[in-house]
Formats: sequence, structure tokens, C-alpha cells
Amino acid sequence: MSLISRGFGSRRKDANVDPARVPPGQHVTRDFPVLSAGPTPHTPLDRWTFSIENGGVLRTWKWEEFRALPKEPVTADIHCVTRWSKLDTTWEGVSVDTLLEVVDHDAGYVLAFCDGGYTTNLPLEDVTGGKAWVVYTYEGEPLDPEHGGPARLLVPHLYFWKSAKWVRGLRLLDADEPGFWETYGYHMYGDPWREQRYSGD
Amino acid sequence: MAGAALLGRLSWRVATVTAIVDETPRVRTLELEVPGWPGHVAGQHVDVRLTGEDGYRAERAYSLASAPGEPPVITVERLENGEVSPYLTQDVRPGDAFEVRGPIGGYFVWRPGDGGPLFLAAGGSGVAPMRAILRHRRNSMSEVRARLLYSSRTLEDVIYRAELDGEAVVHTLTRAQPPGWTGYARRVDADLLREVAWPIEDEPLAFVCGPTSFVESVAAGLLELGYAPGRIKTERFGATGGG
Repeated sequence: MSLISRGFGSRRKDANVDPARVPPGQHVTRDFPVLSAGPTPHTPLDRWTFSIENGGVLRTWKWEEFRALPKEPVTADIHCVTRWSKLDTTWEGVSVDTLLEVVDHDAGYVLAFCDGGYTTNLPLEDVTGGKAWVVYTYEGEPLDPEHGGPARLLVPHLYFWKSAKWVRGLRLLDADEPGFWETYGYHMYGDPWREQRYSGD
Repeated sequence: MAGAALLGRLSWRVATVTAIVDETPRVRTLELEVPGWPGHVAGQHVDVRLTGEDGYRAERAYSLASAPGEPPVITVERLENGEVSPYLTQDVRPGDAFEVRGPIGGYFVWRPGDGGPLFLAAGGSGVAPMRAILRHRRNSMSEVRARLLYSSRTLEDVIYRAELDGEAVVHTLTRAQPPGWTGYARRVDADLLREVAWPIEDEPLAFVCGPTSFVESVAAGLLELGYAPGRIKTERFGATGGG
């Protein structure tokens, strides 16, 4: 039972939204807010690569090679830890399954690394089996730098900070280790349906 | 180390509004009394949860505008299509209570030991965490130099106007200027930053908070001046229509 705030409730939003699609503590937004800890990086495409590493580099794709990989359309609801959710977003990119099937490994976790130094950690089983992509279009257009372009990770079943912007590769790990926000007290896993916002949730 | 920002589980606490300050026609500052408040660092934020009589809940995050050691204070801008901000800026009265959880965030924070000089750039209500930083600097008698570049639409939209008169503030008014205004009267651009921001030889530390377009242009402008990306900390808020 929580405290009632006198007179609150008359402005309830989201009236046309199926509540079963909105995790606890979230509200639906129609625009696309931007959250990042520092300046937006701008890496020229001729210097962009995507790598799978495990201490050494196992595989690297240049931009054109990456764009030649099989791509998939993705439609997903996304949930930011700052409490907005956005429904039916559309993306296009490469399944992480496609990227990992060319390397031989037995990792249990990955750390996504990015331009600007951002990192985030994920269990391997959360980025395989058709659950994660490296996307380069949003709503049919090339992904804006503000939103993580040229390419970002998309892991829609976890809070959106796990969908790392400006992603440049995945480091394969035996044991889980915290990424950027996880070091600053955000949850190691980040399931929006269990409201795992902060460490200890 | 900033990394140890949160210890254990953060619980919801009751916050009672002790005072309300009308900052501008659309912005209010709420001073809160929160029994058990663990204290905060300048730059951190707090989650606010409102619960209606029918059990409907809404949560939002707000920057803390008070210095460490002071009771928590939030400054709220009314978003016309919002559901939480209209309540907090229009309906709430001293003595009313809601729930808060925090403090949260360990990156967009400043402690006197982090040094400077500080270049703070705020757009609109993005000035809230800058107030916390400036008050903390003053309260702790820090000798770190600080300068605030503050972009507002009009003079009437300037938040904390009286308090900021005692600080090193450079205002720019982007939409309308009063007669006789001699300050900047345009959106922040690279030339304006070149005139206002500390030179890179001073190894400044920059904090930028405001709407996305403001933060993007200030951060890009500081990079152009040669600021190190790791010395530019940003906090953005979109016009989400949901505040």
C-alpha cells in the first residue's frame, strides 16, 4: 500500500495504450528522447569497424562488409530506465546470432563496447536466439548519431541502456562484469518487467 | 570513488513538501522533508512516485537542486501534456506528500575534490543540477573557479534569478530580450562558447544539462574548442510530452 497523493490521477495518460505492454513505473512517449553521458561521437564510416573479441580480436567487419551481412527487420517496444517506453519501434540490422556464429567460443557473457568509451554487460543468452541485433536504420532511415548511429545494439527485452549506442564490438567473457552505468549503481541485468533499475532491485 | 554511488536497495520514502517557490510562470521549486534521507552528491537525481486514489501510479525523475547537506529540493517545469509536472507545479501544496527514491546517479556529479575549473552550461530547467553544484561549491568554500552559461527563452523564464545574481553567470536569452539587454541574445553556438568557456589550457571540467538540441550543440562546440570528451558530462531531457 503506498501513499496517496492528494488530488493526483485526473490526468492519466496512455488511455489508448494496452497496459499489458507497459512495464511497471513506465509511461508511453511518442517522441524519442536522447540520453547519453557525454558528447555524441561521430566516427566516419571509412574508419568504422565492428569486432568480436575475447582478449584478442576474433573477427572484424568494416562498414561495407557489415552492411553486406544478412539483415533483418525488427519491430519492438523499448523501455528506458528514465521511465519512458516507446511502442512499435522499427529497426533494421544484423542479428547478433549472425555475428557470433562465425566465431568459436564458450563465453557466458558479453561486454558491448562503443565509441566514446561506453560499455554495457549482457548474458550471452540475452543476445542470442533472436533477442538482439546491431541495427543501423530506425523507421526506415539511417540511424541518427544522437540515437547511436551509425550502429547501435538493440536488446529490446532489457532496459534501453543495454542497447548500447555507437557500438563497435562485443567482448566475450567467462564471467559477468559491470559496464558503464552498471558501475554507477544501475542493475547488472535490467529487466523492465521486474523493474530492475538499480543495483539491489 | 564515484562508482560506489548506490549501496544496497533503494527504498521509497515519504517526502513532505515544506515550501514552494514560484520560480517562473511555468516552474516551481519544491523543498522536501524526507525522513531517513541518506544525503546526496551535487548533480544526482531522485525518482518521484505519485499514486492516485484509485491506485494509478506515475513515476518521473528530477534532478536534485540543493547542495549536499541540505534537504532535498526539486525544480519542476510544467509540460503542457504532462501528467506529473502539472500536479507538482499547480496542485501540490505545502504539507502534501508523495514518494521519492534516491539519490540516484554517480556520473553527472561533482565533488570539490574533482576540481575544475567548472564550466557549467544549462538550458532551461537544466539549471537545476547546476544550482546544486554552485551551492555545494559555495558551501564548501571550494576555490575551484566556476562559470555558468545559462540559456533561457526570455528573462521571465530565468530560474533562480536572484540566487544566480551572486554567481559568475553568463545569460543568453534566445527568444526575447528586455529593452536595454546587453547580454547574449541567441542560441549557444561555437563562437559564443569560444567567448565564454574556460580555455582548454585550464583543463576545465564541463557539465551540460538541458534539452537534447541544447546539449548536442554545446557538447559539439566544446569538442571543437578542444575539450576532452571525458571532461564533458552531459544530462539530456527530451520534450517527451510525458513529464
